[in-house]
Amino acid sequence: MLETTYHRATSVADAAQTAAKAEDAAYLAGGQTLLPTMKQRLASPSDLIDLSRIADMKGISVEGSTLTIGAGTTHAEVATSSDVNNAIPALAALAGNIGDPAVRASGTLGGSIANNDPAADYPAACLGLGATIVTNTRELPAEDFFEGLFETALEDGEIVTAVRFPVPSRAAYAKFPNPASRYAMAGVMVAQTGDGVRVAVTGAGNDGVFRHEAMEAALSANWSADALAGVTTDADDMLSDMHGSAEYRAHLVGVMAKRAVESA
Amino acid sequence: MSEGIGARVLRKEDKRFVTGKGKYTDDIKMENQAYAAFVRSPHAHAKVISINSDAAKAMPGVEAVLTGPELVADGIGNIICGWAVSSKDGSPMNMGAWSALATDTVRYVGDAVAVVIADSIAEAEAAAEAVEVTYEELPVVVGSVEALADGAPQLHECAPNNLIFDWEIGEEAATDAALAAAAHTTTLDIVNNRLSPNAMEPRAAIATYDEAEDHYTLYTTSQNPHVARLVLSAFYNVAPENKLRVIAPDVGGGFGSKIYIYPEEIVCLWASMKTDRSVKWTSSRAEAFLTDAHGRDHVTTATMGFDEGGKIVGLKVDTKANLGAYMSLFSSATPTYLYATLLSGQYNIENVYCNVKAVYTNTVPVDAYRGAGRPEASYVMERLMETAAREMGMSPAELRLKNFITEFPHQTPVIMAYDSGDFAANQKQAMEAADYAGFEARRTEAAKRGKLRGIGFSNYIEACGIAPSAAVGSLGAGVGLWESAEVRVNAVGTIEILTGSHSHGQGHETTFAQVVADRFGVPMDGISVVHGDTDKVQMGMGTYGSRSGAVGMSAIVKALDKVEAKVKKIAAHTLEASEDDIVIEGGAVKVAGTDKQMLWHEVGLAAYLAHNLPEGMEPGLKEGAFYDPSNFTFPAGCYICEVEVDPETGVTEIVQFVASDDFGTIVNPMIVEGQVHGGIGQGIGQALLEGVVYDDAGQLLSGSYMDYTMPRASDLPSFSVHHQSTVCPGNPMGMKGCGEAGAIGSPPAVINAITDAIGNNDLSMPATPSKVWAALQAANAASAAE
Repeated sequence: MLETTYHRATSVADAAQTAAKAEDAAYLAGGQTLLPTMKQRLASPSDLIDLSRIADMKGISVEGSTLTIGAGTTHAEVATSSDVNNAIPALAALAGNIGDPAVRASGTLGGSIANNDPAADYPAACLGLGATIVTNTRELPAEDFFEGLFETALEDGEIVTAVRFPVPSRAAYAKFPNPASRYAMAGVMVAQTGDGVRVAVTGAGNDGVFRHEAMEAALSANWSADALAGVTTDADDMLSDMHGSAEYRAHLVGVMAKRAVESA
Repeated sequence: MSEGIGARVLRKEDKRFVTGKGKYTDDIKMENQAYAAFVRSPHAHAKVISINSDAAKAMPGVEAVLTGPELVADGIGNIICGWAVSSKDGSPMNMGAWSALATDTVRYVGDAVAVVIADSIAEAEAAAEAVEVTYEELPVVVGSVEALADGAPQLHECAPNNLIFDWEIGEEAATDAALAAAAHTTTLDIVNNRLSPNAMEPRAAIATYDEAEDHYTLYTTSQNPHVARLVLSAFYNVAPENKLRVIAPDVGGGFGSKIYIYPEEIVCLWASMKTDRSVKWTSSRAEAFLTDAHGRDHVTTATMGFDEGGKIVGLKVDTKANLGAYMSLFSSATPTYLYATLLSGQYNIENVYCNVKAVYTNTVPVDAYRGAGRPEASYVMERLMETAAREMGMSPAELRLKNFITEFPHQTPVIMAYDSGDFAANQKQAMEAADYAGFEARRTEAAKRGKLRGIGFSNYIEACGIAPSAAVGSLGAGVGLWESAEVRVNAVGTIEILTGSHSHGQGHETTFAQVVADRFGVPMDGISVVHGDTDKVQMGMGTYGSRSGAVGMSAIVKALDKVEAKVKKIAAHTLEASEDDIVIEGGAVKVAGTDKQMLWHEVGLAAYLAHNLPEGMEPGLKEGAFYDPSNFTFPAGCYICEVEVDPETGVTEIVQFVASDDFGTIVNPMIVEGQVHGGIGQGIGQALLEGVVYDDAGQLLSGSYMDYTMPRASDLPSFSVHHQSTVCPGNPMGMKGCGEAGAIGSPPAVINAITDAIGNNDLSMPATPSKVWAALQAANAASAAE
């Protein structure tokens, strides 16, 4: 690891101010991606600003039909929260299947979506449930937040502070894990929301998380696994690597969507 | 006897291992210690035009930056392959030069070009990044078939077409004739996938040069420290053997990858002399993926012929073995004498012929990995047998039964002379344990749940306990493969066993002590095993090839024989009895049929007091022995794997795995079962999960656990492990060896089960969900077309 200067931020404002002064700052949330990258000398921020002790970024609350989760909340906390399990059990289940126990004990919701790994689980939850991403400067719908592989709408220095999830009438997430990394090779969130049926796919698309409009249309007409039988996914839009071809991923998207609908 | 041979004694070494008190190479800290960081090639093939280390040398904490030309100037020799294999035309193998630090050309990503020695790891790594190397990239080839093709990039001048040797075994004309006359032939194109060994402890070394004594000490992660000393001394010119001590302390797994002497150990020793510092290097996991010798990587076409009754009439095999960029220490033997000599399997076959072409490619060197050649052979044999049975409409068990060798000794057409075995008994035991008769009902039940259930056999045989020195010498080995032992009985009766075998997970501290406890009736607590230090143990050939039981323990038994003889002489003299009447049991040395006896420790004391020894007897009670085996040993068995495939996703679940092994005499069944579990785990890893992947530019895509799939507990079933043993006639304890069997026998069982489930024999390892799904689509398309 290259030399860096560590700062423990006491508040969101403190974090943003420290970042603004630094030459090349990086925010440290759970560190599950950033720290291994730094250890491999592939990232070398001059300053590392630790967000993990900021109380305002933690916690889970339900207000009316909205579930709000602080960006600094760990996957383990989301997975075991009674509020999350009552309001959106699909989200608790998703969090409980990220990585392994060590990853879930440290990794956070905000860290995951800010990184926007194309195979991460949370982007599918945000997009599939129609979440609003709250930052220290603004609020964005999930559609506007995720911008392709490892790209988001976040400006330099902007911090994700919370995510607001509208509670769906029903939802489920089905994931086919990569055998090595346990990231998603195809993860599909299906939901019936006030905004209509939403289907979001992670792990498979060659431009990151995306909404599957053909499936949304089919499920809007008939919410059943059978409705997906004739719906295909274009392999040209899929990732292809040593773990699976684009055709296989396109096929898996269909299988995972069907399984998600069946369990919703 | 609760602690003797056959007892499930808990492992003596586990207290320190499970409490984190093991002492591994990286735990050792020397005064005045510095750290090495290697500058490695980012290119798979390139000329090194220049190395500018001025900036690196000026960085804080940097002691030295050293390069290949300096190493060569100091007389450090090239890294060698220690087993000479000749081509079929009699020409010697084409061994290209491998310098521990590249001089003018790099040939794989990770090839070391320079080393930085600095006060801290961070300073060494930072300076290594600052070393400016100018490369001129050369064309790259990574596959063995492509490397042999006309116009392929050439790695070594001495090896035209990248061919290291073109070797054969068996009678080609007779085999061709037998196949031409066969009633049925089965041909398979087989790839044995390339594997990364992944020992839990990465390689490490710490070298110290003592200028005042002109003496070197090397702590290193080795499976054979004496061989390391021999090679470092005789070939790499680091120091004469008497001025070089090699210690392999606790070592966390080897699987073959720690047999070899790598560039890093050589460079640490040399750099210690250059800098007058202790020099330490511990591989990162990323470096381990890049530089630890890989295993397997065969491309094979094999044809087996049968007569109308299903008797095998011939087998012809053509294999291309990818040995990587340089020849590692035993790389030539693995795809030849450890592979093709097992191509008779458990079967009585008159005609076997195999041609092996060993090939250079721009990849990390390939050498022995758990099983070494024998997994490749059993995979060829058992895929062929199962596929042939399906093609001929026979039961796979029946086809094997028709062809088993039943009389011993049996001379195969490919060198090996099997000494014992009862293959039908192993198959019967496995079939009963697997409830083979009930399989079709289970298949039907699974189908109702939407799952495709399949079953597969693998009846492996291996040659281990390597090996008779004269025999391997005649085949080109540069070493003898005996083992040595010394048994020291102390004056208080406690016993130390010094062995040239090395334990890096095998549990020798327990099993070797059990052999002694069994022999003399002394408690385990009073018996210690000393190994892994060239200053303590006089000589040894180390641990690999499942040899520590059959060869290492046999040396101990020979030494125990000598101790016993002397003990009896002392007791007979003291008790005024005839030597022939002395018996040793329960910790006492007795005159049979009387109440006269000496306690064990009283004999030890008498030997060292020497107040009253027989006329002419030397004092002391310490005996040594060298044991050279008379033959290989031949563990064998039958594995049956049962799987369920999810046709929607291609995911394979192993729902049952039964092993029936013949290991000969078993000292500690618990440890043997652990070896079988671990071996099968690695075999299932090869079959379903693990695969090294290079891209066309020679970049390693499977360079971390994000992409290289190691087996997890949840990938493995609960194993059903059984034994059906015949005693090995070749060594005093009747042992065959158990360390590699699981990895050798399991991959074909898994693939045979999956191909049975999906109805398509065309499936390669690792059978990932993606591949299984594609093979299933192909099978469905083919059956729809019919």
